[in-house]
Amino acid sequence: MTTITVNNRMVDVDAEPDTPLLWVLRDHLGMTGTKFGCGMALCGACTVHIDGAATRSCVLPLSAVAGKSITTIEGLSVDSSHAVQKAWLEIDVPQCGYCQSGQIMSAAALLKTNPKPNDADIDAAMSGNICRCGTYPRIRKAIHRAAELLQPSTAK
Amino acid sequence: MKPAGALSRRDFLNATARVGSGLVIALTLPGRAAKSNSAAAARTSLDAVPGAVAGAARPGSQLNAWLKIARDNSITIIVDRSEMGQGVYTALPMLLAEELNIAFDAIHIVAAPVGDAYISPGNGGQITGTSNSVQESWEKLRMAGATARTMLIAAAAKAWHVDPAECHANNGTVVNQGRVLTYGQLADAAAKLPVPKDVKLKPRSDFQTIGKPRSRIDTPGKVNGSAEFGLDVKLPGMLYAALAQSPVLGGKVVALDSATAEKMPGVRKVMITSSGVVVVADHFWQALKARNAVRVTWDSGPNDKLDNAAIRALLKKTAAAGAGLSARADGNAASALKSAKQQLSAAYYLPLLAHATMEPMNCTADVKPGGCDLYVGTQVQQVSQTTAATAAGLKPEQVRVYTTLIGGGFGRRLDIDFIPAAVEASKAVAAPVKLIWTREDDMTHDTYRPPAYEEVSGGLDEAGKLVAWKLHITSPSITARMFPPVKGVDDSVIEAAVNNLYDVPNLAVSYSRQEIGIDVGYMRSVSHSPNCFVIESFMDELAATAGKDPFDFRMQHLGKKPRQRRVLQMAAERAGWGRPPPGRHLGMALMEGYTTHLAQVAEISIVGGELKVHKIVCVVDCGQMVNPRIVESQIESGIIFGLTAALWGDVTLVGGRVQQTNFNNYRILRNNEVPELDVHLVDSDETPGGIGEAAVPLVAPAVCNAIYAATGRRLRELPIGLQKLVKV
Repeated sequence: MTTITVNNRMVDVDAEPDTPLLWVLRDHLGMTGTKFGCGMALCGACTVHIDGAATRSCVLPLSAVAGKSITTIEGLSVDSSHAVQKAWLEIDVPQCGYCQSGQIMSAAALLKTNPKPNDADIDAAMSGNICRCGTYPRIRKAIHRAAELLQPSTAK
Repeated sequence: MKPAGALSRRDFLNATARVGSGLVIALTLPGRAAKSNSAAAARTSLDAVPGAVAGAARPGSQLNAWLKIARDNSITIIVDRSEMGQGVYTALPMLLAEELNIAFDAIHIVAAPVGDAYISPGNGGQITGTSNSVQESWEKLRMAGATARTMLIAAAAKAWHVDPAECHANNGTVVNQGRVLTYGQLADAAAKLPVPKDVKLKPRSDFQTIGKPRSRIDTPGKVNGSAEFGLDVKLPGMLYAALAQSPVLGGKVVALDSATAEKMPGVRKVMITSSGVVVVADHFWQALKARNAVRVTWDSGPNDKLDNAAIRALLKKTAAAGAGLSARADGNAASALKSAKQQLSAAYYLPLLAHATMEPMNCTADVKPGGCDLYVGTQVQQVSQTTAATAAGLKPEQVRVYTTLIGGGFGRRLDIDFIPAAVEASKAVAAPVKLIWTREDDMTHDTYRPPAYEEVSGGLDEAGKLVAWKLHITSPSITARMFPPVKGVDDSVIEAAVNNLYDVPNLAVSYSRQEIGIDVGYMRSVSHSPNCFVIESFMDELAATAGKDPFDFRMQHLGKKPRQRRVLQMAAERAGWGRPPPGRHLGMALMEGYTTHLAQVAEISIVGGELKVHKIVCVVDCGQMVNPRIVESQIESGIIFGLTAALWGDVTLVGGRVQQTNFNNYRILRNNEVPELDVHLVDSDETPGGIGEAAVPLVAPAVCNAIYAATGRRLRELPIGLQKLVKV
């Protein structure tokens, strides 16, 4: 039994310690918003926050996250009110949508450390997240929009 | 798959309404023969529509429904095309909502079950493909909406004892001189009325919904993680499965040593299935670890010597053996070529490609006594049904197909190779089983975009005008595998070629079929991509031979093509054709596909042999647009998809084993690699064309034509990848 904290809730997980966090979230906890894309930290579909930092959960064993604070797409906000989610809705970013949880989690982590990223910052933070539908231009636009929403003066 | 057939108004006249709890509009299309390996699809009762309208139909009644209005004013719209990002869950309901005069936000979407009414006339089955969802729904769903609206108005008029002409529908209600009844209040009464035979569709000038940009209906679930893809299906008591397939494509299991795997934690079953060895366990990670521990002896089958050189040699040999089947012959291309002032010939080669959808293949099956529930992201509901039925030993009508959201289709999910093992495993363990392919399984066992070897010749007269054109395509036939039999030339190998845009009096297009021993499949834009690459590259070659500017040369041969002239002209203007910025070079391409007309101009630079694509301009005339916001995103999507393929797309085989395994060695364009995109959508009165695939094919020729402009080097095969880009 391993105790982890997911979206501010402590849960006991009965899984082998080498089980990647991705499958713990999906199969053991029923939280399927975090996606399986590659299993090798190459595509970013499985991105979650570990103690606030964007992390690929597909290669992160359960044993490594004991006692850590994990945030998934389900816990980013309760009502899609996070600035990134609001911007994603406004710009209508997703197409198939499969990679978008990971994109949103990477973008949210970026904005947390860099509330006003420029294009180069976005390049650096988002190049680990593949979107086969090619929603990239809208992702970029939405990150800039989320940054605007986060500015106290223009937040709506 | 054939182009969309036109629907006549007559097709809709056997609409039926059902009395029950509310109004159900069911429009039955005239019988369409299903493709031979599709089910003779069972007509389905509304009770089979998942989660939406239970009890709506009389017990046992057979109904093919599009719309249900319930007493509580809820409106359910059934969408018969799979949502894989192309926006059908938004665009198709918009068509119905337009005629029904309802607030779009009030509707509930349900994926259609298997049913005759949902057979695509153009595709010959219940199939999401060939970018024809909007084209085929354009009239049908507006008719469904208009029929319901007319009946609701009639019911209100009857209640108020007034002429229906004095009532009008407004935002889910019928109104007459201050009196208001909601659709829900009218639904039961409306259902008892005769179905009108002649309803009027709104003219374009009255559209409130169609043509207006609006948010996608599926976006909220895709930004909070609640959208359910096939991979996300959860059933009580569900187990997980991983699959070991033959490393050599086409191989079979000879012997299985499962002793180690069976002792591993959580493992319930290790079994040989028709697709390979399946391990079923309590959790997927357990199944995967045990899958990696099974020892399988494989019979490699006939492909153990197959590699890319062998495939290419095979295609070339077949091409040399004769011109193949004629797909089009205008005038006499052979003799016109001979007598032309200048002749030019070239051979082009296109590689195998992988679909690489972000959601790996997966299927959840629940085989129970006398039935099977199948939860699957599929583009082919009927074929999924018959495939599962065969695997379970059931009749097709005993299989219920629940179509989930699809995490990338691109044609990959027109195939059903990920279904049988899930069904066989579920049957064996008597529990629901979710079978998941890993990325490596997915990459090494795709049904790949087939290779093509194409020989093309052109003849010019004294004035540099095209007098002869000959194109000979040699490639496998996907349709012959998936939807046999194919009589004559497979339509899906001659796209963009048989409908050559340019004025050429003597034109021949022919096809030689050559299979390569492995399964190949439809991939986004299918043969438009190889053929457009060849045609648009060769048009540039001919322009150079004629000593003309590529734009002028194309325009010179588009005399009778106003829509094509317009998009090409606009793209050239937007891209600054003829005056690229210093160090930059331009290349263009033109295509008609899915009755959409497009032109692209790529702006590139090459520094130290390194290619950089800076910008792609794309002008699109797709006729009337249902939702321009989705059209724009699909065009952007297609360009990025096409650029990935043009730059890096190449599946290689060694000893029948695919060498690409994951995103580290099958490269996909990333956010920092996307050029500036300038997409311009042309306003048009024409009927809608397809937009999901149309932008893909033009990217490679536009970029390669720009590379020629920069270096004088003509690339006649893809990917651009590591080919030398230095000046010649």
